Amino acid sequence: MASYRTHRHDVLVIGAGGAGLRAAIEASAAGASVAVVCKSLLGKAHTVMAEGGVAAALANVDERDGWRVHFADTMRGGAYLNNPRMAQIHAQEAPQRVRELEAWGALFDRTADGRILQRNFGGHKYPRLAHVGDRTGLEMIRTLQDHGIHRGIEFYMEHTVTRLLLDDGRVAGAFGYDRERGRFRVFKAGAVVLATGGIGRAYKITSNSWEYTGDGHALAYHAGAELIDMEFVQFHPTGMVWPPSVRGILVTEGVRGEGGVLKNSEGRRFMFDDVPDLYKDQTADDPEEGWRYTQGDRDARRPPELLTRDHVARCIVREIKEGRGSPHGGVYLDIAWIREKLPDHAEHIKKKLPSMYHQFKELADIDITAEAMEVGPTTHYAMGGVKVDADSQMSTVPGLFAAGECAAGLHGANRLGGNSLSDLLVFGKRAGEHAAAFAREHGAGAIDDGQVEAAAAAALAPFERGAGGEGPYAIQHALQEMMQDLVGIVRNAAEMSRALDGIAELRRRAREVGVGGNREYNPGWHTALDLDNLLTVSEAVARAGLEREESRGAHFREDHPQKDPAFGQVNVAIRRGADGEMVVRREPLPPMAPELQQIIEEMK
Amino acid sequence: MAEATFRIWRGDPDGGDFRDYRTEVSEGMVVLDAVHQIQAESAHDLAVRWNCKAGKCGSCSAEVNGHPKLMCMTRLSDLDLAEPVTIEPMKAFPVVRDLVTDVSWNYRVKERIKPFKPRPPDAEDGTWRMAQEDVDRVQEFRKCIECYLCQDVCHVLREHHLHERFAGPRFFVYNAALEMHPLDVEDRRADLKDDDGIGFCNITKCCTKVCPESITITDNAIIPLKERVVDEFYDPIRKLLRVFRRK
Ligand code: SF4
Ligand code: SF4
Ligand code: FES
Repeated sequence: MASYRTHRHDVLVIGAGGAGLRAAIEASAAGASVAVVCKSLLGKAHTVMAEGGVAAALANVDERDGWRVHFADTMRGGAYLNNPRMAQIHAQEAPQRVRELEAWGALFDRTADGRILQRNFGGHKYPRLAHVGDRTGLEMIRTLQDHGIHRGIEFYMEHTVTRLLLDDGRVAGAFGYDRERGRFRVFKAGAVVLATGGIGRAYKITSNSWEYTGDGHALAYHAGAELIDMEFVQFHPTGMVWPPSVRGILVTEGVRGEGGVLKNSEGRRFMFDDVPDLYKDQTADDPEEGWRYTQGDRDARRPPELLTRDHVARCIVREIKEGRGSPHGGVYLDIAWIREKLPDHAEHIKKKLPSMYHQFKELADIDITAEAMEVGPTTHYAMGGVKVDADSQMSTVPGLFAAGECAAGLHGANRLGGNSLSDLLVFGKRAGEHAAAFAREHGAGAIDDGQVEAAAAAALAPFERGAGGEGPYAIQHALQEMMQDLVGIVRNAAEMSRALDGIAELRRRAREVGVGGNREYNPGWHTALDLDNLLTVSEAVARAGLEREESRGAHFREDHPQKDPAFGQVNVAIRRGADGEMVVRREPLPPMAPELQQIIEEMK
Repeated sequence: MAEATFRIWRGDPDGGDFRDYRTEVSEGMVVLDAVHQIQAESAHDLAVRWNCKAGKCGSCSAEVNGHPKLMCMTRLSDLDLAEPVTIEPMKAFPVVRDLVTDVSWNYRVKERIKPFKPRPPDAEDGTWRMAQEDVDRVQEFRKCIECYLCQDVCHVLREHHLHERFAGPRFFVYNAALEMHPLDVEDRRADLKDDDGIGFCNITKCCTKVCPESITITDNAIIPLKERVVDEFYDPIRKLLRVFRRK
């Protein structure tokens, strides 16, 4: 018998980023007893990395904005594979969620008349992103954290959940361990909210932290929940490329929002060369108009640097592939050029983009007020995830909810910048509310000792094999290389099939992984246990990518470079089959309400 | 490529010692990269905290060659690699294992500080109006990434271990952010004096020097807070008023 301690709560939230904290606050406000389990310390979650801002149609800067425009922008950005009801709820509720943060102490940058300032961002028609310089995520997580600690929520910091426990099809809790001592824990709960973020660590070049190993995706999958849209992985166009050790670290889109331009080695602003038809009417004709747009001229249209991320990333890849890249395999992102326009440009840049200035100065010895940055695409965000009900965020497993990046539906084939922070708030709140209601209505399920024993045995297996078995890091690195090479920005059937064979082989190796040392704060052991999640989400991305034989949004197939209208009608769904195999199917898109259809037509 | 030696403290609450690891160094590497490389090559169970690798989360605090630093923002090119680079955990907090310390005390301190309490909204729609100038000052404090390097370096905690009577520079910054927040109406001055022990700070400014976010902790947060406390408690007229108020 494994020894473990049991904790009982109404609602268990897994993950303490924006979505998890917002869910916990809401569930607790509804009267539930709430536990939050997180892999890091409180306040360190990946949300702190978000830079640009939170999208909400507050209409503080441009009164023409409103939820309908935000809705239409989100759908267009997602190539219409989004769940329209989610996009509607998101656009309608984001303003209230942002104002609520202010009531909890957040201090956003201000307009001249003292309201929340909003900035331009890729794919958003009007200035829409409430922000705090370029550290909006930090402001958000700190506000939620400092509010949440006074709400009677129990925080289990540095704990990892390895399995969900089920009772006759519904969720009954979770099994995990504390990272510090390696002691096992059973969390018994009436409802569970997954808020674990993304899957970026499946790739070699990523802006994501070590926590992003697809835990929520994999936990839900193994519990029988359906995943959708897994083929859509967002590669952010601008990550650092030099020096090697910082490769992948994000360079905020805010740089382009403030007037930064992309250039190739010939000094050409190549983004003007290829503007998709869907965006022709909204894009500036020349650099001058683009500059006026970034400076708030309401009659100007946005520069092509602010087209959607999937498109900008592919244009950069094209420049590099065709030999017009920068010395370290990127392209140039230049904000220093605005010295031609603004006399105090250096101060202006430092004020608007303080952490970018700092980041390049400290890590690359580059003064961005004087020189161009070298940037290239980096794995940034998973549009795909747990399929949820639009209103309640419940997955296909009763009592299991998901919110934020690990849930799917809002962003469709491509996410607009700024829509993730608003996603966290809007759907975190809803998940918390509905999880509390589910727990109230259904009470706690029963914990099955057999499941707990099996989870404990699986967790201890790497120690059984000891330091003699293969170490976990080599397998993790091999997977990351392979996903980067074979299931990256530009894909084809042959490479993705090879990736699937490779994943099967790595799975065999992972079953033989051994670790030495003991259970106390042992990163080798932690990495070994994360491997299964990484392999599961990698396989899901590759299988979904193979299934979608077209190019749309973030998914680009060089063997099917066009959109296929038939694929425009379906999401690719993935679930675990009866024998443990991964089953892929096409599911028709959820129906769109006529009034929403009409908004899209009007704003085409 | 060149190799360098890293002298890393390995151990747990019962004790430990420094061990030398050699690993290859390449251009642009930071201390955290070297630690990760060593972890992947030869010390799989070497415990270290990190998240963002970009100086934004405040997880990777340690002492590098005796200086409190974020490991992810400390470039090897700024260190003398002819000598071993020593890396050890922060000293103001109990060790968990290797480079990881138990910082839970900080979370307990924060919890006892009175939370944000806004004045009623300014506008019908429940929103407030604030000028950027008034926000600027507080935004400086809100840059804090809770790395606790300032706590680590402050002699009141590091040498005198007054954790029970002194909140430390991080929480003076936190208090300042609340007290100077344009909307906040709470009064934390009595707590600053009694629970947080602001009087123990003798303005050595060591905290300001190590802050990776360049927050002017002493001049902008601690000194103005001390002034507020003095105004409230040592001004004779206020003292009198307080006596009346209590009745
Ligand atoms: S200035 Fe005060 S708080 Fe800062 S290190 Fe010195 S004594 Fe500590
Ligand atoms: S004030 Fe500076 S040194 Fe102190 S915890 Fe915050 S960021 Fe770190
Ligand atoms: S890892 Fe986040 S500050 Fe160093």
